[in-house]
Amino acid sequence: MPDPLVMHAGYAGALMIDNIDTDQIIPSREMRAVSREGLGGGLFAGWRYEDPGARLEKPGFVLNRAPRPSILVCGHNFGCGSSREHAVWALAEYGIRVIIAKSFGEIFHGNCLRNGILPVTLPEAEVDRIAAKCDGAMMDVDVRTQTVSAPGLPGWTGRFEIGAFPKRLVLEGLDPVRLTLKDAGIIGEFLDADRARRPWVYA
Amino acid sequence: MATLFDKLWDLHRVADAGEGYDLLAVDRLLLHERTGGIALKSLRDQGLEVADASRCFSFMDHIVSFRPGRGRDDARSPGGEAFILETRALAAQAAITLIDTDNADQGIVHVAAPELGIALPGYSIMCPDSHTCSLGALGALAWGIGSSEAEHILATGTIRVQKPRQMRIRIAGALGAGITPKDLALYLIARYGAKGGNRCAIEFCGPAIEIMPVEGRLTLCNMVVEFAAFTALIAPDEKTLDFVRGRRLAPSGDMLAAAEIHWRSLASDADAAFDEELTLDAGEVTPQVSWGTSPEETLALGATIPHSANIRALNYMGLAAGQRLEGLPIDGAFIGSCTNGRLSDLELAAEQLRGKRVAHGVRAVCVPGSKSVKRAAEARGLDLVFRKAGFEWGEPGCAMCFYAGGETFPPGARVISSTNRNFEGRQGPGVRTHLSNPAVVAASAVAGRISLPDPGLFQEDSV
Ligand code: SF4
Repeated sequence: MPDPLVMHAGYAGALMIDNIDTDQIIPSREMRAVSREGLGGGLFAGWRYEDPGARLEKPGFVLNRAPRPSILVCGHNFGCGSSREHAVWALAEYGIRVIIAKSFGEIFHGNCLRNGILPVTLPEAEVDRIAAKCDGAMMDVDVRTQTVSAPGLPGWTGRFEIGAFPKRLVLEGLDPVRLTLKDAGIIGEFLDADRARRPWVYA
Repeated sequence: MATLFDKLWDLHRVADAGEGYDLLAVDRLLLHERTGGIALKSLRDQGLEVADASRCFSFMDHIVSFRPGRGRDDARSPGGEAFILETRALAAQAAITLIDTDNADQGIVHVAAPELGIALPGYSIMCPDSHTCSLGALGALAWGIGSSEAEHILATGTIRVQKPRQMRIRIAGALGAGITPKDLALYLIARYGAKGGNRCAIEFCGPAIEIMPVEGRLTLCNMVVEFAAFTALIAPDEKTLDFVRGRRLAPSGDMLAAAEIHWRSLASDADAAFDEELTLDAGEVTPQVSWGTSPEETLALGATIPHSANIRALNYMGLAAGQRLEGLPIDGAFIGSCTNGRLSDLELAAEQLRGKRVAHGVRAVCVPGSKSVKRAAEARGLDLVFRKAGFEWGEPGCAMCFYAGGETFPPGARVISSTNRNFEGRQGPGVRTHLSNPAVVAASAVAGRISLPDPGLFQEDSV
């Protein structure tokens, strides 16, 4: 299970292109084994390297900066496209803990929450301001108070929405499978009733 | 008072999981070698059991070779065999039915599941693949999930999920001759944007949907993930029932009679309220072609690229604002995928190819979506039409819909494709994908440039 995330302070990196899909985040050819591991090097391989095969870094690309960003700042529909969770595993392995975006791809958003990455949706104007003022600089995120702030934006605090359950997933690094398995009895009762109602489903 | 989505949701609702979440029973979990194997593997590594293997099915479609005469383990990408071999072994260990490469029913999960009666109206169907929304076309609750979520379903038979907002899209009128559900989908996305679906569950309805064949509905629902919808669905009607009846795993006899009563009851109430409503006139839709690197960057085939066009996309595509799409020289053409790899799609394309040849210098490939599609096409002689025209005729699977490493079109190649995504690199590094319907793909392959199909060749019932 992922490490709990309560407060995070880290460097922001802006990648302000709309509709970045999961195949840009982790190109299919970088998924070489049936594994959640070994994906960090392939993160944004097509954009990050002069030559992805030789892993020759492209200077200036946001992920090649030192210190490395742990907070990505993105545009609309970040993580759209393929459902591959490998995109999130690659981001996590690289060290991304928070993604601030104008909007997210639906499946990607859920995958982040399952892997200890906090997806933060903020209004367009705020994200644009963060990208302008905080790219390469420190930011602070507090999951408990659902706020983002930055020394580069004095006096500003961004508030984000997160449901109670996703918040627990992130805060506690909760394992939903074990949680649901506690309800095995209720699930069994439902299935018995459903089998009587819709027998063809179970035939 | 309730929408179809509400009714199906309630039917599958095991419990209120608290904090705004519900626990839903999952009737069918579908897996494939690309993202399913890893779910099975992590489950095993955690020492967890599969709750009910009889409700899970695994497919080989993403990585398998599409070369004629392929072997059971042949991958289309270097190292891809690992996904094939491991998924096979893991499915066997978990006692999950695998529709393997050499199985007579093999095909792309979203094409083969309806063919086999694995996907049926009223079911809840999940798959770690974003185009699972296709299956909503049968009147099912169906959407794509991540691998961790698939693991949850494997272990518990349920999914913990928050109910999405709902949108109804009414398609008035009728699609014109030669205008396909693919054009409708691209038009919708171009008009309302790639975020237009607003994370809603969308119910499509209206006259144009009622007359649309089920294969076309699958195409339309397939594309809603490119519209940022949670999923889509269409109330089952007699067309749907005719489509599913007699499928191998569909109920028969008394069970079928009971199922049909249930299926016929699946519709939104007349006064059901949706969070959002859209109406579109099917008569407005013309053949659509994408020009950019998001499906929203799509235009009518005869249009010119607007001056507001996104520069990054223009650069990637090697295009300039003000340029016309019609007449752009192409290097490749691909027909297939879960969007347009069914028999009606192949028929539509073949009409444009009879007695013609693919233009010199164009690599044209057709890969049926499943073995069943391939057999039906061959029984009609379509394979000969494609082959004589100079198309390669491949073995079923996702094939050139997405690049997994390995063989594809060369960098910079301009490809007209019946698939669903034109993202940068989707079909290979530097490959420039233009999305369109299969007739446009075929006509363009013949002309060597993006072209309108010959309208004389549309059969009345072919869309
Ligand atoms: S055909 Fe393409 S879009 Fe469909 S499941 Fe395969 S890779 Fe995904």
